[in-house]
Amino acid sequence: MSRPIDTPVLDRPAANGAPAGGPRRRRPARPPQDRAGYLFLLPWFIGMLFTVIPFFASLYLAFTDYNLLNPPTWIGLDNFAEMLRDPLLHQSLKVTFIYTFVSVPLSLAAALGVAMLLNRGVRGLPVYRAVFYLPSLLGGSVAIVLLWRYIFGLDGIVNAFLGWFGIDGPGWTTDPDYALTTLIVLHIWTFGSPMVIFLAGLRQIPGMYYEAAAIDGASRWRQFRSITLPLLSPIIFFNLIQSLISSFQTFTQGFVMSGGTGGPAGSTLFYNLYLYQQGFSQFHMGYASAMAWMLLVIIAAFTAINFLAAKYWVFYDN
Amino acid sequence: MTTEETFVERVGRTRRSRYAKHVLLCLVGAVMMYPLAWLVSSSLKPNGLIFTDLSLWPAEWNPGNYADGWTALEHPFSVYLVNSFVIVVLSIIGNLVSCSLAAYGFARLRFTGRKLFFTLMLGTMMLPGHVLLVPQYIVFAKLGWLNTYYPLLVPNFLATNAFYIFLMVQFMRALPKELDDAARIDGCGPFRTFWKVIMPLCLPAFATTAIFTFISVWNEFFGPLLYLTDSELYTVPLALRQFIDSEGQSQWGQMFAMSFLSLAPVVGFFIAGQKYLVKGIATTGLK
Repeated sequence: MSRPIDTPVLDRPAANGAPAGGPRRRRPARPPQDRAGYLFLLPWFIGMLFTVIPFFASLYLAFTDYNLLNPPTWIGLDNFAEMLRDPLLHQSLKVTFIYTFVSVPLSLAAALGVAMLLNRGVRGLPVYRAVFYLPSLLGGSVAIVLLWRYIFGLDGIVNAFLGWFGIDGPGWTTDPDYALTTLIVLHIWTFGSPMVIFLAGLRQIPGMYYEAAAIDGASRWRQFRSITLPLLSPIIFFNLIQSLISSFQTFTQGFVMSGGTGGPAGSTLFYNLYLYQQGFSQFHMGYASAMAWMLLVIIAAFTAINFLAAKYWVFYDN
Repeated sequence: MTTEETFVERVGRTRRSRYAKHVLLCLVGAVMMYPLAWLVSSSLKPNGLIFTDLSLWPAEWNPGNYADGWTALEHPFSVYLVNSFVIVVLSIIGNLVSCSLAAYGFARLRFTGRKLFFTLMLGTMMLPGHVLLVPQYIVFAKLGWLNTYYPLLVPNFLATNAFYIFLMVQFMRALPKELDDAARIDGCGPFRTFWKVIMPLCLPAFATTAIFTFISVWNEFFGPLLYLTDSELYTVPLALRQFIDSEGQSQWGQMFAMSFLSLAPVVGFFIAGQKYLVKGIATTGLK
């Protein structure tokens, strides 16, 4: 055989399933390494059991009434019918959608804007990048959400600042009209991580494109529209998908801001926060599972729409 | 003449625009850093001054916030710090071991079903975690793992974090194939090749994974909230939350002091590992 050396290690007795044992001379390439491959993946395979089985189990539970104490009872589509009627669920969808559709575009725009400013060899780039990136690592922590509560509190610094201009700021965190706004601001504050990805993408655009465009007399804006945007579009697309998926699943911000209630008046009742309340405060496990599947369908639908729309605006160079 | 003028004009404009750019960047940076600076400053002020004295430099110092905050909750803050630290270290070990094994399998070995499994792995990266939540909770409850660290730790030893596998696969694929061939000719099986050849070259990817794991596990709120009920087991984020439960006392200074302590390790790791972080998220975004 062509590779006697690794045979003793790889295909020890009964390398079952591995067609390597056969004397197939026609494929002298590398032998299949089934045994080794599966061994390396062993932890992952076991981990997948913890993913695949719960995946289908939760689909089943979505059609049951289950409170953890008694065995689940099949109730067909009742959970989904209930979801159509449940005003709190509608509220949580509304909160999550507003949050996502306002904060994702704004934070991506901020990320792209600052990345553009940082792109062309700005002096002190590492310092700027660190300053803009750091908040995105802290944004999900309880400490920062707590901080936000007090910055936007009735006597917080935001209102003190507005006071200089004679504006009497609202109690941002206690007024249902504004509580979500503070969390949207928090989301925008974390624009650093898409920004770093944009920066890396911008660096891959060959400088000669801009030189050629400048010689042809294209303005900065024209260069941005005709070179930067098309060549960056796959990365904008990636960031968009990532941000949408994670933003639909926001939990900690709403929980900490409202002390777990989703208040004031449901204004920070994120979908996953309501799911948590249903599943783990009231032990409506079946309903919580149905909600989780509904969110999965929503996320899948938005991702699919984005992939379809991508044909019209995402440009792949190769 | 006219060309010269426009040239001078243009130089002036770019210099001015460069200047304006720095002013703009500094302004944005200052706005973004202000909340953090305010947090640090408030942690050193007496309670009465936090919302009345707006200057970042405390008019009156009260470092006692740190000592008082340390003992303000049910247990000394060291308990929570140690708990968080233990979970973080074990999670890092788990992710490094299990994800690097899986990544090597995906990146370097050819076995039946590799493509299928790889697609499945990428699929789990997109899957919202809450879909698995209820059944996983039930399983952990049946195993008697509620109120222990097992639900938080065991998944990390089973390569359930597809993002890190993906990151390492990307990194390993960029290493020359000839390395593996050379090792094989020298008599290394896949395990030795992995251990002696690939692992040492992947240290940057491991550093990225370790730092990302540190930051995400340190900040993790949902898992501990769900699985830990005994306050002795609380992690730092759960402990911090207790400050608002006992809001009646309004010990803001202490709360901000402990908040700062909870953020400091993240900031420290960020400064130490910035290079790896930036590279890490850039590669996952680009390929």
